[in-house]
Amino acid sequence: MKRIYVKEQWCLGCRLCEYNCAFANSGMTDMAKALRGKQIYPRIQVETEANGVTFAVSCRHCNDPICVKSCIAGALSKKDGVIEIDHEKCVGCLTCVLVCPYGAVIEDGSGVAQKCELCMKNSCGAPACVKGCPNNAIVYEER
Amino acid sequence: MNFYPEFEVVRNDSRCIRCQVCERQCANEVHWYDEDGKFMLADESKCVNCQRCVTLCPTRALKIVKSDCRLRENANYSDQTIKEVYRQAETGGVLLSSMGNPNPLPVYWDKILINASQVTNPPIDPLREPMETRVFLGKKPERITRNPDGILDTKLAPQLTLSMPVMFSAMSYGSISYNAHASLARAAEALGIYYNTGEGGLHEDFYQYGKNTIVQVASGRFGVHKDYLEAGAAIEIKMGQGAKPGIGGHLPGTKAVGDVSKTRMIPEGSDAISPAPHHDIYSIEDLRQLVFSLKEATEYRLPVIVKVAAVHNIAAIASGIARSGADIIAIDGFRGGTGAAPTRIRDNVGIPIELALAAVDKRLRDEGIRNNVSIVCGGSVRSAADVVKAIALGADACYIATAACLAMGCHLCRSCHTGKCNWGIATQRPDLVKRLNPDIGSQRLINLMDAWRHEIKELMGGMGINSIEALRGNRLMLRGVGLTEKELEILGISHAGE
Amino acid sequence: MKKYVIIGNGTAAAGCIEGIRSTDAEGSITVISAEKYPVYCRPLISYYLEKKTDLKRMNYRADSFYTDNHADVRYGVSALAINTDEKEISLDNGETVPYDALCVCTGSAPFIPPMQGLDTVQNKFPFMTIDDTLALEKAVTPESRVLIIGAGLIGLKCAEGLHGRAQQITVCDLAPRVLSSILDDKCAAMMQKHLEANGIRFLLGTSAKEFIGNSAVMQSGETVEFDVLVLAVGVRANTAIVRNAGGNVSRGILVDDVCRTSLPDVYAAGDCTEYHDISSNSVKVMALMPNAYMQGRTAGINMAGGAVLFDNAIPMNSIGFFGLHCHTAGSQPEGCEMYEESDDSHIKRLFVKDDRLTGFMLLGHMHRTGIYTALIRNRTPLSEVDFARLKIEPQLAAMGEAYRNKVLKGVV
Repeated sequence: MKRIYVKEQWCLGCRLCEYNCAFANSGMTDMAKALRGKQIYPRIQVETEANGVTFAVSCRHCNDPICVKSCIAGALSKKDGVIEIDHEKCVGCLTCVLVCPYGAVIEDGSGVAQKCELCMKNSCGAPACVKGCPNNAIVYEER
Repeated sequence: MNFYPEFEVVRNDSRCIRCQVCERQCANEVHWYDEDGKFMLADESKCVNCQRCVTLCPTRALKIVKSDCRLRENANYSDQTIKEVYRQAETGGVLLSSMGNPNPLPVYWDKILINASQVTNPPIDPLREPMETRVFLGKKPERITRNPDGILDTKLAPQLTLSMPVMFSAMSYGSISYNAHASLARAAEALGIYYNTGEGGLHEDFYQYGKNTIVQVASGRFGVHKDYLEAGAAIEIKMGQGAKPGIGGHLPGTKAVGDVSKTRMIPEGSDAISPAPHHDIYSIEDLRQLVFSLKEATEYRLPVIVKVAAVHNIAAIASGIARSGADIIAIDGFRGGTGAAPTRIRDNVGIPIELALAAVDKRLRDEGIRNNVSIVCGGSVRSAADVVKAIALGADACYIATAACLAMGCHLCRSCHTGKCNWGIATQRPDLVKRLNPDIGSQRLINLMDAWRHEIKELMGGMGINSIEALRGNRLMLRGVGLTEKELEILGISHAGE
Repeated sequence: MKKYVIIGNGTAAAGCIEGIRSTDAEGSITVISAEKYPVYCRPLISYYLEKKTDLKRMNYRADSFYTDNHADVRYGVSALAINTDEKEISLDNGETVPYDALCVCTGSAPFIPPMQGLDTVQNKFPFMTIDDTLALEKAVTPESRVLIIGAGLIGLKCAEGLHGRAQQITVCDLAPRVLSSILDDKCAAMMQKHLEANGIRFLLGTSAKEFIGNSAVMQSGETVEFDVLVLAVGVRANTAIVRNAGGNVSRGILVDDVCRTSLPDVYAAGDCTEYHDISSNSVKVMALMPNAYMQGRTAGINMAGGAVLFDNAIPMNSIGFFGLHCHTAGSQPEGCEMYEESDDSHIKRLFVKDDRLTGFMLLGHMHRTGIYTALIRNRTPLSEVDFARLKIEPQLAAMGEAYRNKVLKGVV
C-alpha cells in the first residue's frame, strides 16, 4: 500500500508540511482563518539532526501496530492498511502516545489523541504534507 | 550613508499565521519572529526581492514591493545612479552585479515580427504533419564527392545532433550549484540536447552525462585535463562572455569550497580569477593553434566551439574564427547573464545579439565560408519566438541560460554574486543547494523545452516551413517594426508592410 | 477442525480471538464469559462516570466482532475446572466443553482485606466492572460523601469519575503517597496536589480500622463519615482454575513468552498471569490492558499453530487526572542513575543503568514519549544514540541515521 516516506536529502526544514497538515485537518477553507493566532498540533513533525539534517515524521502505518494493540478504548484500528482513530471512542488516555516508537501519535491540544490518517478523512484527498512540500521531500508511494 | 531600503516587505497581518516559513527560508535573514509581541518583523535593508518568502508563504500574507521612497526626481541622475555614486564614495570599490543587463536598451527581438502563410501557400499543421526540429552543428562539407564505385567518400567533420535548436549555455559548477548542474545534465540527456560545463570543470558524478555535455576551456584553464576533454561531446573555447566582454570570469573564494575546488583543481577558498585574455591567444593564428591542440588531444572526434562576446567588429572576428578550424561559433549578446560581473561592464559593453548575429551570418555568407561553421547565438533568448527569429536571422541554434535558470526556480533578483541564492541555484551553501531538487529542476527544464518545441513547430508551421533547416537564414520570414533604415539594413530584413 | 476455548471475555480474550483468526480461519472458538456483556474496555468505567463515554462506545470491538470471527460466546457462565487429561473444562451450569487448545483469560478480582465491621456498611462497591459501576452510579447522589479505600490507579480514577457527581470525595491509603505502585514521592506529591486542587481529599499513610455503619474509624484515630464506600485496595489475579489443575502459579499464572502455562495445551493471558519484565529482568504480575491484548494475541497465534513471541513486556502506564497526565514505563533497578528535569507543571525522570534506559516517570506534557518507551523495550544501548539530546526531548533525530532510514524509508 502507499505510505508517506521522507527524502531527507531534500527536506528544507521549512515546516510547511506541519502547517499544511494542521490546515487540512482543521475542516476550514481558509488557512489564515484556520490557523491564525492558534497553536498548531500537526500530525507530521519536522525534526532536526545535530548536524542540521531535517526530516519529517508521521505515522508509519506499521504492519504490526502497537498503538492499535495498546488502545484501551478500542478506538484505534487498521483498515485497508491505514491506521485510523475513532474520535468518538477515544477518551484521551494517551496510551498510544506512550507506546508509539516513532512519536507519531500526538495529543491534539484538547486532550485527545490524533495521528496521520493520510488525509483520507478530510477533504484534502491526498496527503496535504506531500502535496504542499516545495521540494518533493515527502512522497506518497508504494515501497 | 544609509538609504531607505530598495524594497519593502508588506505583510498582511490578518493573513499571517506566524508559521515562520519566511524566516526559515530567507538566507538574507530578512524575517524574524518576535517572541514577545508574537508577530513577524523584517529588516528590509537585507531584502533582495528574490520572492522566496512570497512564493512559500502558505497564506499569501506577504508581498515585496519596490519602495517609493526616492531621491528627488532627476531625469539625468537617476535614483540608482546617485546611490551607486554614494556606494562607491563609501567603499572605493568596483560595483558588482549578476544576471543580464536590466537597462531599457532596445530588445530587437521585440521589434521583429514573424510571417505566416495565407492563401497563396498553405500553413502546415504540426499536429498532423511531420515537422523536423533536429539540427546538426558542425562544419558542413562544400560538396559531396563519391569514389569511382559511387560510394560516398566525403568525410564529414564531427557534428553535434540536437533534437531541437536550443542548448543550455555555459554556467560553471561553482557559479551554480551541484544540483543545478545535475538538473541541467539530466534534462539535456532526456531532451537530446547539450548543456555546457562553463569554466569550472566537470564534477566526476556528471561524466555519465558526457554525451550531452559541452566541456569548456576558458582562459583560466580551470578543471581542464585529458579525461575532462574526452568526457564531453564537444569542446568550447571561451574567448568572451556577453555579460562581461573583455574580462575573465571571477569565482570568489567563498564559493571555491569542497568539490568545487577539487573540480576546478584549485586550492580551497582561493579566488578563481580567469585572465581577461587567453595568454596564448593574441591572433586568429594563435586561436587556430588552440583549436587544433584540442582536436589533436581528442583525436578529431569532437567539434570545437569558439565562444565570443558580441562586440563592435564581431563580423570580422567571426570571419577569422570561421577560418581558424573551429566547427561552431557561439556569439553571446550584451544582455546575457552572469554569476558576477562589474556593473559598468555588464551594462555598457558589447552589442545586441540580434544585430551581431545578422552581421555575422551575412559576412560569412558574403565570404562564402558560412558552411565552415555553425552559428549558435545566446545572450537573452527568452522564448520560442526569440529562437525562431534567431534561426531566421541565420543562427543554427540558440544557447539559453537565464531562461533555464528561471525554469529551475530563479526569480532574477540579480544577487548571484552574494552566493546566498535562496533558490539553490547560484550558491554553494549546502543548506541552500538542497533547495533545488534535481528531480524537480530537470523536469521543469524538460517541460520548458517541450513547450518551446511545440511553439517552434507551430510558428514554423504557420510560415509553411517544416524544418529548422529550411528556416535558417530565411530573413524573408521576418519584418521589422519601428526600426530605422540602418537597423533594418543590418538585420537584413524589410519593414513591416514592405 | 481445531477446538479453541477461551475462559474469560476481556481484552486478552479479544486478543486471543484475533490471534487465532489471523492464523486459523476454520477452527471453532468458544468463549466462556461470566459477565453478560460483550468485551468492553474495563479502564473506561471511570470515563463512563465522567460521561466521557457511554456503554455503547465502551465496547472494545464492533457489534459484529464475534460473528465476524465465528466465535461462540456463552454469557453468564463460569468455568469451574480444567481437566487436562480429558482436555475439557467444566462449567457452573454442569456442562463440559472440550478443547484442543485452551486460553485462560480470567483476569483479576478486587482484593478486599479483612476490615472490622465492613458488613455493617450498606453502600459498598468494588470498582472493576460495568456492573460495579452501574451500581455505584445509582448509589451516588449529589449529596453523597464518598470514601474510597485505595489511592492507586483504580481508586483515583474512580475519584475522578465521581467528581461532580458527589458532594465530597475522600481517598485513603495505607501508603504514604498516591499511585504508590507507579510514582515516586516527588511525582506523587505533584499529582496529589493537583488532585487536591480539584477537590479530592486525601488521608494517606492510614486506612480504615473499623467501620460502624456509615463511619470509618481510621488507624490514625480520625473518623470519616461517608454515604458510599468504594473498595479499591488492589486486585488479585484469578489463578485458581489453573492452580487446581496442577499448573504452576505464583502471584499469577506463570506463562512463558508464547503465553503457555505449565499445563499441556493450556495458555493464559492478561491480568491473571505473571510474566517476564525485561526492564527489571524479573517475573511479575503486570495487569495492564495493552499487555493483556498482546499476550492474548500471542497466545491465540501460538494456539493456532503460528509462532510469535511476546518477549519484550514492560510495565507501562498512561494515566491522567483532571488534565494532568502521567506516563510511566519500565523500572528503577537498584543502582540506576536518574536524569531529572522539572518545573511547576512538569517532571521528567529518566532511569538509566548499564547503558540502557530502564524506566521513566513523566508528569505534565506528554509528547512523543513512545520514543522513550521503545528505548526501554528495544534495550537500545544509549551509547549508540545521542542520549544528551534525547533527555531534552524524545526525537528520532537522536537515534542515528541507520535507525532513521530503517523506519522512515522502509515499511515497518
